[in-house]
Amino acid sequence: MNDRAWAATRKGLFELRRRASGWQVERLSFVADPVTMLLPPDASGHMLAGLSLGHFGAKLQASDDAGKTWREVAAPSFPPQPAGAEGPAWKLEQVFALERSGEAIWCGTIPGGLFVSRDKGESWQLDETLWGDPRRVQWMGGGNPAPALHSICAHPADANELLIGVSCGGAWRTTDGGRTWGLRAKGMRADFMPPELAGDENSQDPHLIARCRDVPDVLWCQHHCGIFRSADNGASWQELQAEPSSFGFAVAAHPHDPNTAWFAPAIKDERRIPVDAALCVTRTRDGGRTFEALRTGLPQQHCYDLIYRHGLAVDDRGEQLVMGSTTGGLWASGDAGESWQTVSAHLPPIYAVKFG
Amino acid sequence: MALVEFTPQLRRFVDAPSCRCEAATLREALDAAFAEQPRLRGYILDEQGHLRVNVVVFIDGRRARDLRGLSDPLRADSRIHVLQALSGG
Repeated sequence: MNDRAWAATRKGLFELRRRASGWQVERLSFVADPVTMLLPPDASGHMLAGLSLGHFGAKLQASDDAGKTWREVAAPSFPPQPAGAEGPAWKLEQVFALERSGEAIWCGTIPGGLFVSRDKGESWQLDETLWGDPRRVQWMGGGNPAPALHSICAHPADANELLIGVSCGGAWRTTDGGRTWGLRAKGMRADFMPPELAGDENSQDPHLIARCRDVPDVLWCQHHCGIFRSADNGASWQELQAEPSSFGFAVAAHPHDPNTAWFAPAIKDERRIPVDAALCVTRTRDGGRTFEALRTGLPQQHCYDLIYRHGLAVDDRGEQLVMGSTTGGLWASGDAGESWQTVSAHLPPIYAVKFG
Repeated sequence: MALVEFTPQLRRFVDAPSCRCEAATLREALDAAFAEQPRLRGYILDEQGHLRVNVVVFIDGRRARDLRGLSDPLRADSRIHVLQALSGG
């Protein structure tokens, strides 16, 4: 569905509709509560929203009518933590990724857990193999004190194959529905590590990984240390250079064209604002050899909006984009990023945007 | 009988009725409340059974001390307030 989009924000879930006059807010759910992630409706109208209540913890809500009404369902929950267990506390902090793969729904969390539901989100099982992997306790926080499992790339040809991304724990792949996992981050480079560990696959900080749906061997990664692309389903990654910056958090992969992707650059590393305080989206259409900075319609003076990793989305034709910022700016493009329209300049901080 | 009362802020999300119970410790009192309203448990405790970091409990005017074990003793007529901690925003 390309005339509906969603913005999960610090103060609720906004449903957006594209009308003749442009994108408009249609409905606000969970007024004033932080919504950290959503799963857009399927054909039946079933959808999910992850909330992070300031006092009362992370919650999961389900809707059977595309967001008109909601009911609380069981949130993913970690098993009892054994005494002396290393790593972060076994406590759900945030629902941080929600994706469908076949009949299953997968959920990535902070701390870096992966859960699966085979009953449309009514109940969840922890992927014990990944959680029990001794390399998992070596993961580090990236932006949050605890590791974050933020990317779940389903494979259109095989519901049992997933590629996931973790900050900071690299990229991992399963081909058997989560029973076994292997690292999939060769070629990424972590310049925040001691030099001898810069290539360590388990230490990488992919901020987001996105797959080209129709050419699924092609993956794009906005990494803490730059932009990487894989043309062999994550077996190897090649670094790309973009101007005005290769740093950022978000990436959107064209659903059909394996050579096209969009990024939202910022200054690396401790000054996380747009370069020259002018917001742009970078786009490559040649597999990453060159990038264009697309600025038309985006603020070019005194703009300090940052785009979180889930804050940029493309529709299933590769024509429309939506982008939401930390300071509540929301923009939409109907021409693949060539030009942008301001949907709102004063929404709450935007954690995630999705079409559907 | 001890009396457990919950912040009215919880009513936005879940029914949180007061609970009168026989309980020797804070955990026993909370368990009695959760037996009446099971959904309440996940709002007050995390999955490890610890008090959520941004929830605060007062027992007879003093903050509960054992935030993980919830072993603080109760009097027969203790009054327990389960509130939002200001740390949660």
